[in-house]
Amino acid sequence: MSQPEILSQAFELGYTYTRSTGPVIGRFFTELKKRKIVGIKASDSRVVVPPMEYDPDTAEELSEFVEVGEQGEIVSFAWVKKPREAHPMQVPFAWAMIKLDGADVPMIHCVAAAAESDIATGARVRAVWADETVGFITDIRCFELV
Amino acid sequence: MRDIAIVAYQQSDSVAKAGAVNEVELIMPVLARTFKQAGLNSAQDVDFVCSGSCDYLQGAAFAFVSGVDALGAVPPIKESHVEMDAAWALYESILKIRMGHADSALIYGFGKSSPGELPIVLSQQLDPYYLAPLWVDSVSLAALQARLMLDQGMITERDMAEVVSRSRRNAMNNPHAQLSGDISPEDILAEETYLSPLRKSDCSPISDGASAMIIATVEQAKAWGLPYAVVSGIDHCIETHNLGMRDLTDSVSTRMAANHAGMNTGKVDVAELYAPFSHQEIILTRALGLDKETVVNPSGGVLAGNLMMASGLSRVGEVFNRIVKGEAQRGIAHATSGPCLQHNLVTVLEKGENA
Repeated sequence: MSQPEILSQAFELGYTYTRSTGPVIGRFFTELKKRKIVGIKASDSRVVVPPMEYDPDTAEELSEFVEVGEQGEIVSFAWVKKPREAHPMQVPFAWAMIKLDGADVPMIHCVAAAAESDIATGARVRAVWADETVGFITDIRCFELV
Repeated sequence: MRDIAIVAYQQSDSVAKAGAVNEVELIMPVLARTFKQAGLNSAQDVDFVCSGSCDYLQGAAFAFVSGVDALGAVPPIKESHVEMDAAWALYESILKIRMGHADSALIYGFGKSSPGELPIVLSQQLDPYYLAPLWVDSVSLAALQARLMLDQGMITERDMAEVVSRSRRNAMNNPHAQLSGDISPEDILAEETYLSPLRKSDCSPISDGASAMIIATVEQAKAWGLPYAVVSGIDHCIETHNLGMRDLTDSVSTRMAANHAGMNTGKVDVAELYAPFSHQEIILTRALGLDKETVVNPSGGVLAGNLMMASGLSRVGEVFNRIVKGEAQRGIAHATSGPCLQHNLVTVLEKGENA
């Protein structure tokens, strides 16, 4: 008896539309592509990084952008001993809340460090840029200890 | 306003892996026991049905529709769903009854978390531009929150271990618990860290299961002749999705919801708090101003078994059970959603006339 013919077709699940990120998130991503980080002034003048479109307390529309530094300070961190497959690093690393110089609100990103004992609250870190920046949050590949 | 009574509540065992049992098969036995407790036959005997579940757990759009197979929806029933914990399905059902559109409702929640990687699944509920693409998981975010509290001297690792120890011991009296045992804080502190500063025991387990409840107007509950607890208040509040702009060491939204629900108008005998991580029970207890007068999480809470999309409803059910057993006169149930206690719901329950 001959082998039955098996029909097969490659299939990739994807979405054929693109989405506009708008004037605030879009501006942040455009600046990231240029290897610059911008925040936005909230109603109470706190500089929020990454920028938000609306103030969470007053609901005011925000528009005053402020460039901040690519270095900052660790406000809190979590040490990932066993990275998950989806994580941005496959060796032990830290997630951290990082207050960039010139910002008042910390952002969350990953920090490369050789060991948990190397990292501490208050430690200084610097953004490490991706080889090619495309206007995405992962243009900042990670932060590293200064 | 129409007073609303809880008349029945049932929960499945909380298990680490339900195996080949699908969601419908998780729900059906729980519904059968709930109908039996209320003396009803089926969903045809209530005016409204509302469920809580999350399609991301099943990994398919509109997966929640399959849950309706557990009900038998022919002849047609009035049915709704929240893509949230079933505690919010309770909230919707209460609105429905208060508006006069129903006199009774069945609420159920279900979650089978074991097939996926829950902390990573939950990362996709975050800000889609700034956080979700990093795949920062729910356990890591809770660890950031715990360290803020530890660094500021608001808690110690021992405080966290004591929460876990009490949960495990209380859970010895909970037949549905997944994790229980006579474990001391020292035993827990001896564990290595899992996602520093958290130990594995500080985190609720991955669980499969379901829970269900029947509510009705007090008049209907009396007509059915069932012992009941009255829902004297319910409200929910949410905080910004920007974790950096929140005070992660407090739960402002829980306190607001509790005040709106009228928690502080009387003594709280029992509180069931949805704290998926040990330090979060401390945040909630403090945010609500609970003292030694209140027994917190006598069931063991979700550290003893965390049924995604059902455990919030189970908190209400646990308080209901204690009130109808006469162990408490008045209690509160808390449910949460989102990272680091972002969105919180508080229900206040009081003893009914014939409970």
